[in-house]
Amino acid sequence: MSIEVRDVSKHWQNVVGLDSVSLNVETGELVTLLGPSGSGKTTLLRIIAGLESADKGQVYFGGEDATDARVRDRGVGFVFQHYALFKHMSVADNIAFGLRVMPRDRRPAEPQIRAKVDQLLALVQLEGLSNRFPAQLSGGQRQRVALARALAVEPKVLLLDEPFGALDQRVREELRRRLRKLHDELRVTTVLVTHDQEEALEVADRVVVMQKGRIEQIGTPTEILDQPKTAFVNEFVGDVNTLHGVIEDGHARIGSLRIPVTGQASGAQVRALVRTYDLKMWRDEAGIATVTHMYALGDRVKVTTKVDGAGELLAQFPRRSSLLRGVEPGCRVSVEVTLARIYPE
Amino acid sequence: MSQPSLVRSEKPTGTGLLLLLLAVLFLLVLVVVPLVAVLGMAFAKGLDPFLVAIRHPDTLSAIKLTLLTAAIAVPLNALFGLTAAWAITKFNFRGKSILISLIDLPFTVSPVVAGLLFVLLFGSRGALGGFLSAHDIQIVYATPGIVLATIFVTFPFVARELIPLMQAQGNEEELAAITLGANGFQTFWRVTLPNIKWGIIYGVVVCTARAMGEFGAVSVVSGHVRGKTNTLPLHVEILYNDYQQIEAFSVASLLTVISLVALIVKKLIERKGLISARARGAL
Repeated sequence: MSIEVRDVSKHWQNVVGLDSVSLNVETGELVTLLGPSGSGKTTLLRIIAGLESADKGQVYFGGEDATDARVRDRGVGFVFQHYALFKHMSVADNIAFGLRVMPRDRRPAEPQIRAKVDQLLALVQLEGLSNRFPAQLSGGQRQRVALARALAVEPKVLLLDEPFGALDQRVREELRRRLRKLHDELRVTTVLVTHDQEEALEVADRVVVMQKGRIEQIGTPTEILDQPKTAFVNEFVGDVNTLHGVIEDGHARIGSLRIPVTGQASGAQVRALVRTYDLKMWRDEAGIATVTHMYALGDRVKVTTKVDGAGELLAQFPRRSSLLRGVEPGCRVSVEVTLARIYPE
Repeated sequence: MSQPSLVRSEKPTGTGLLLLLLAVLFLLVLVVVPLVAVLGMAFAKGLDPFLVAIRHPDTLSAIKLTLLTAAIAVPLNALFGLTAAWAITKFNFRGKSILISLIDLPFTVSPVVAGLLFVLLFGSRGALGGFLSAHDIQIVYATPGIVLATIFVTFPFVARELIPLMQAQGNEEELAAITLGANGFQTFWRVTLPNIKWGIIYGVVVCTARAMGEFGAVSVVSGHVRGKTNTLPLHVEILYNDYQQIEAFSVASLLTVISLVALIVKKLIERKGLISARARGAL
């Protein structure tokens, strides 16, 4: 079922939660809401779920106005950041909860409920754990129970609030891949909130970047990465160097570093955003920067340099890159920026 | 699972031993000796005088009144405590902190003052006295007054037990239940209640013990009519003032037994709560 958010605003006293936000999520789509804390992404999700009410604006499910619909009538599956599993119930009872509280005329018979629970346990690969209690599970397992519980009622819309936020890196990577696979099988319209750009870009069909209660950009992961519409998106997504400089005869000058630019008046103060992989660097005694720090991360090497007359510049290269030949901490290097995005200050 | 203890497990030495001795001495003088004395006095002349004292119609009437009072006050306060804790912990509203302070009021107001308030309100010369006597309703110096005073004095117990418990639990589980389609009653019955079950029982036990033992407030509103408006604690005082030592201590020993039972039940609940929490791996 499609979701449409139309012109939704939310304030708390004087704090802006959401400022006229509009968003369309197509049926079967997986959309991530990405932004720093306080950007309004969780508020937006909770308004879609009905856990929070909007001051202004509407929410439509499948074209029907659901703004004032009660939470339990919305048919949403909601996965909470801290799981919110029922502590006193077994895994199986947790998953069966949504089925057991259905009105009598819609409630499946007990054997069917049990079959459904088994099926969901298999789906999230937790077979054999049905009699455990939440406290006896690992974080990742709890999250999968929460997901199975939300899916049990066959929601029209699945909403996940930082679902992997409390898990360690390895588990979250595994779980988000599993979630994407699950989504490809079930095709439930899904909205996922995260502050982790890698997560947002990896699982999403489309990414919504938010800041200060507003939507900065909506696009596919590639669009967000390659065509950032605003400085904020550019800065928030991808590892970026933010450099402050002045335009001088067709170049942005940042200390001794010069980046060719077009369409900027001389003397203008600008901000140049340079991804860490849009840089070249090679050993050169007549260079403009000094290497201060180098460290290897798997197949990548991160190099920190101090540009003469300016601040730090972070670059990353494939570990076997020929550019790195002879580069070591303390040596002088030349720097060439291959791609920069220039924004007026 | 064994966890490193925060307390050193060595045998106490020096200061530790001194403190331990002090604590034991304190308990001995203030708790154990009086307890033994009560029972000792009650049975000083053997079992028969004890039984005679207990079987006296005035004593039986006091037992009945005490049980009746507790039977009314405790369920009402359990219900009140639950609603108040529910409102305070699951909702935000104006005047919440005032409500919390009001719940604590009986803890800070002297029971005698509480009793006097009811006399001033419902007594023959009180604010509502004219209306009540016109309709032939007797509250003060009768059972309703005793019940009211007891309710007042004991109403914080269940609420005070539940509020911190429910605050710690938050309301995410309830929200999850609602998104899964549960209605208000189902959410309460299947999610909230099981989580606070032991807290309620614990509060009820403490509340019961206090309701049966309350003296001050009840003393003011009771009127001390033997065989009619005397509860067990009041009866003990009257007997004692009449120099009926054995009778007084016999009835007092009944109250002592009640509090000992409450103490044991309380301990059992703590352990049971602990066990069920541990079975779920929460500890």
